Amino acid sequence: MTVQSPTTQSQSLWRPNRDRSRLIQSVVKFICGAFAAVSIVTTLGIVATLLFETISFLQEVPIWQFLTDRKWTPLFASKEFGIFVLVSATVMISVISILVAMPLGLLAAICLSEYATPRTRKILKPVLEVLAGVPTVVYGYFALLTVTPFLQTFLPNLKGFNSISAGLVLGVMITPLVASLSEDAIYSVPQRLRDGAYALGTTKRETIVSVVLPAALSGIVSSLILAVSRAVGETMIVTLAAGANPTLGLNPLVPVMTMTAFIVQVTKGDAVHGSIAYQTLFAVGTTLFLITLALNIFSFWFVRRFREKYD
Amino acid sequence: MTQTAGAMTAHKIAFQAEKLSVSYGSTMAVKDVFLDIPQNQIVAFIGPSGCGKSTVLRCFNRMNDLIPSAKVEGRITFKGQDIYDKRVDAVELRRRVGMVFQRPNPFPKSIYQNIAFGARINGYQGDMDELVERSLRDAALWDEVKDKLKASGLSLSGGQQQRLCIARAIAIEPEVILMDEPCSALDPISTLRVEELMQELKQKYTIVIVTHNMQQASRTSDYTAFYNAKATDQGGKMGYLVEYDRTEVIFQQPAQQSTQEYVSGRFG
Amino acid sequence: MNINDTRISDRPITSDLFKPNLAKRYNLDRVFAFFAWGATTIAVAILAWLLITILIDGIGTLNWNFIDSFASRKAERAGIKAALAGTLWVMGVVAVFSFPLGVGAGIFLEEFSEDNWFTRLVEINISNLAGVPSIIYGLLGLAAFVRILGPITGGRSVLAGGLTLVLLILPVIIVSTREALRTVPDGIRAAGFALGATRWQVIWNHILPAAMPGILTGMILSLSRAIGETAPLLAIGAASFIAFTPNGLQSSFTALPIQIYDWVGRPKKEFHDLAASGIIVLMTVLLLMNAGAIYLRNRFQQTR
Repeated sequence: MTVQSPTTQSQSLWRPNRDRSRLIQSVVKFICGAFAAVSIVTTLGIVATLLFETISFLQEVPIWQFLTDRKWTPLFASKEFGIFVLVSATVMISVISILVAMPLGLLAAICLSEYATPRTRKILKPVLEVLAGVPTVVYGYFALLTVTPFLQTFLPNLKGFNSISAGLVLGVMITPLVASLSEDAIYSVPQRLRDGAYALGTTKRETIVSVVLPAALSGIVSSLILAVSRAVGETMIVTLAAGANPTLGLNPLVPVMTMTAFIVQVTKGDAVHGSIAYQTLFAVGTTLFLITLALNIFSFWFVRRFREKYD
Repeated sequence: MTQTAGAMTAHKIAFQAEKLSVSYGSTMAVKDVFLDIPQNQIVAFIGPSGCGKSTVLRCFNRMNDLIPSAKVEGRITFKGQDIYDKRVDAVELRRRVGMVFQRPNPFPKSIYQNIAFGARINGYQGDMDELVERSLRDAALWDEVKDKLKASGLSLSGGQQQRLCIARAIAIEPEVILMDEPCSALDPISTLRVEELMQELKQKYTIVIVTHNMQQASRTSDYTAFYNAKATDQGGKMGYLVEYDRTEVIFQQPAQQSTQEYVSGRFG
Repeated sequence: MNINDTRISDRPITSDLFKPNLAKRYNLDRVFAFFAWGATTIAVAILAWLLITILIDGIGTLNWNFIDSFASRKAERAGIKAALAGTLWVMGVVAVFSFPLGVGAGIFLEEFSEDNWFTRLVEINISNLAGVPSIIYGLLGLAAFVRILGPITGGRSVLAGGLTLVLLILPVIIVSTREALRTVPDGIRAAGFALGATRWQVIWNHILPAAMPGILTGMILSLSRAIGETAPLLAIGAASFIAFTPNGLQSSFTALPIQIYDWVGRPKKEFHDLAASGIIVLMTVLLLMNAGAIYLRNRFQQTR
C-alpha cells in the first residue's frame, strides 16, 4: 500500500489483500475474454470447414459447371452439379413464404402496436414470442399432413410433395417473427411524432401510414430481411413437405429440392469423408451461407443507413 | 369563480371554456376552469408543474381524445360552437387549431414533405410549392433552408426544427396555434427567434402558449393565466386556474397573493 | 410567385382551399383497421388450426406405453423412450457448457470490455452468427465434432450433438445475458466501487445476483430453442432408430425432434399419429419452459 492510512490503529484492523483481488480479477477477465473468443472461433470454424471442403469440391467440379449446369445429380452415376436447380427451389419457396408473412406479420404488428388495447397487447405479444419458438419439425408435420391434403381438395394437380404448401407454412412460421420484430420497431416510434401528425388533422390511418411506418422503416425492413434469411435457411418444413426431386423450374405444384433438403438427404445417407458427395454437401452449405451472409450484410447496411435517431 | 379579464370585451372571443375539468382515470388533473381566449392575441398559461396548464391547452384541439383514460367535463366553445359536441369532428377541429409541441417533432421526411404533408392530407387545392415557401417564410426559416428542401427535417438544428414545426402548423392555415412550452428545448438565441416570430404570427393567428418561463410570458403575451396546484385527499395534485388578466396586471398588481408570490419567484 | 417583403404574408386565411373530404378518409380508416384486425385474426387462427390438428391426431396414441417404449417397426408398440432420454442427455450437455460460456462472454462484453478491436470483432461476430442457418452449424458439427474431434466425442454422439447446439444458441445467451446485465442500475456499480471493491468483486457480489433472474430467463428460452432443433442434429447424423437409452457422453443417440421427423416421413398413417403424439410431448415441455421463463421475468420486473 502506498497510501498512508490515517491512524495506526486502523492500519492494524484493515488488511485488504489488494494484490490477491487484482490477481483474481485478471484471471476472471482472461477467462471471460476467452469465452467471448469462442464466438470468433465458431465463425472461423464455419468458414474454414466450408471453405476447405468446397475447395476440394471445386478441384473436381469446375466452378462454371457448378453455376451453369441445368441438372443436379451428384449422387448418380452421370453426375451433374447445377446448383441453380437447388437455388431456384429455395428462392421460389422463400418468395411464397414472404408473400404470406409480409402482409400478415406487418398488419398484425400494426394492429398490436396501434389498435389493440394495452391489455390485449400484453397477452398477444408473449403468445407471438412462444409461437416464434415452435420447432420447425412441427410446421413440417402441418405442411405435409394437413395443408397439402387440404389444398389438394382445390388443386387436384397438386403433388404430395410441393412448393406451395411448404412455402405457405414457412410463411406462417416466420409471421410471428416479422410481427414481433416489426411491432418492436413500430411501438418504439416516439409518441410525439404521432401527436405531431394528429395535431395537423390526420386520421389514425394517415398517422400510421404516413408518419409511424416511415419512422419505423429500418426496423421493419430488417425484420423482413431476417425473416427471408430464416426462410432461406429453413430445413425441416422444406425437407418434409417440398420433397427431394431436384427439378429446375418455377412450378409450385410439383416436388422440388432446396439446398437445405439436399444437405439433409446426404447427411442421412452417411456420406463418406473424402467422397464427392461429402464435398458437394459443403459446396451447397457454402452457397447457402453466402446467400444468408449477403442478406445479413444488406440488413446491417440498411439499418445503419436509414435508422432515424430520436433521443 | 369566473375569471374573465376586464378588457376582454374589446376583442372577439376565439375559445370560451366553462367549468372545464379534466381527469385521467380517477385522478382529477384540473378542475373548474372558466376562461376566454381572445382572437388575434397571445395568451400565456403559467404556473408550477402539475398545475394542469398543458392539460387545458390540449383540450382546445381535443388532443386529450388520444389518451383513453382522459375525461373532459364542462364546455369549450370555439367561435360559439361546442367543440366536444358529438357532431364536431376532432380531425377537422385540429385542422383549424394547430399545435406546436414541447420538443421539436419533425417527421422523418424531407423539409418540403414535412410542410406539404398536412396540407396534402387535408386536400389542399392550391399550389403546393407556393404554400411550402409561404409557410417557411412565415416561420422565418425560408432563407436557411431554401437550398435544401429535400434534406431530412431531422438534419436541422433544434431551433430550426421547432420553426419547421411552426411552419408545418401554419401550412394548414389554422385559426389558432397552441404552443406547449415551445422553447423549453431551445437555446436562448433560438428562443428569441421564436418569440419574435410569435409577435409576427399574432397578426393572423390566435396564439395560446404554455410556458415555464415567466420572462417569456411577460415579454410575449397580451393576457396571462396563472394556474396553481393543490394537494388532493388522495395524495395527488389537482390544478386550478387562480387568476387571468392582462399580462401587465398579472405581473404588476395581481389580485391574488399566490400569483404575486409566483411571479416574483417565491415558489414554483 | 408573389411574396412581398413583410415577413408575414398578407394573404388572409382562406380555408376554402382545403377540401378535407373526411367521409372518404374515415371509410379508408375503417378498411385499414379491418385489415389489421383481420390479419391478426387469420394469423392466430392458422396457428390455432395447427395446434388443434396436432392435438386431435396425437392425443389417441399418447399414453404411458408411448413414453416408456423404444422405437419399433410396429406402430402400436413404438414409443419415445430413447428419444426422450437422448434429448435429456443432449440438453444436459448444452446447459452445462452454454451457461458458463454464454454468461462469461456476456460479462466480458458488458462489464470488462474496453472499446478495442477485440470487443468490436466479437460483437460483429455475434450478430452475424445469429443469422447463420442452423443447418450450417450442423455441417460445422459434422466436420469438427464428429470427424476431427471424433476420438474425443465418440463420433455421432450425445457430446457431438450437444456441442453443436451449444455453438448454435451461444449468441442468443450472450445477447440476453448482456440485456440482463444492462438492466442493473449503475448506482449499484458506483456504490460498490465507492467501497473499494474491485470490478470483479462488484460483479460477483452485486451485479450477478441482481441480474440472475434475467440471465436465467434468457437461458431457459435459449434451451427451449435448442430442444426443438432438428436440422443440426440431422446434419451431424444423429440416428433415428435406436432401441436403447444413452449410457454416456460418447453414446450414440436420437432425439425427440429427430424421432418426430422420422415418423412424419413414413408413409403409414399410424406413424403420423405417433409423430403428433411426440409433438404434443415436445410442445408440452416447451410450453412449461416458456411459462417458467415468463414467470421469472414477471417476478423480476415486479421487484425492480
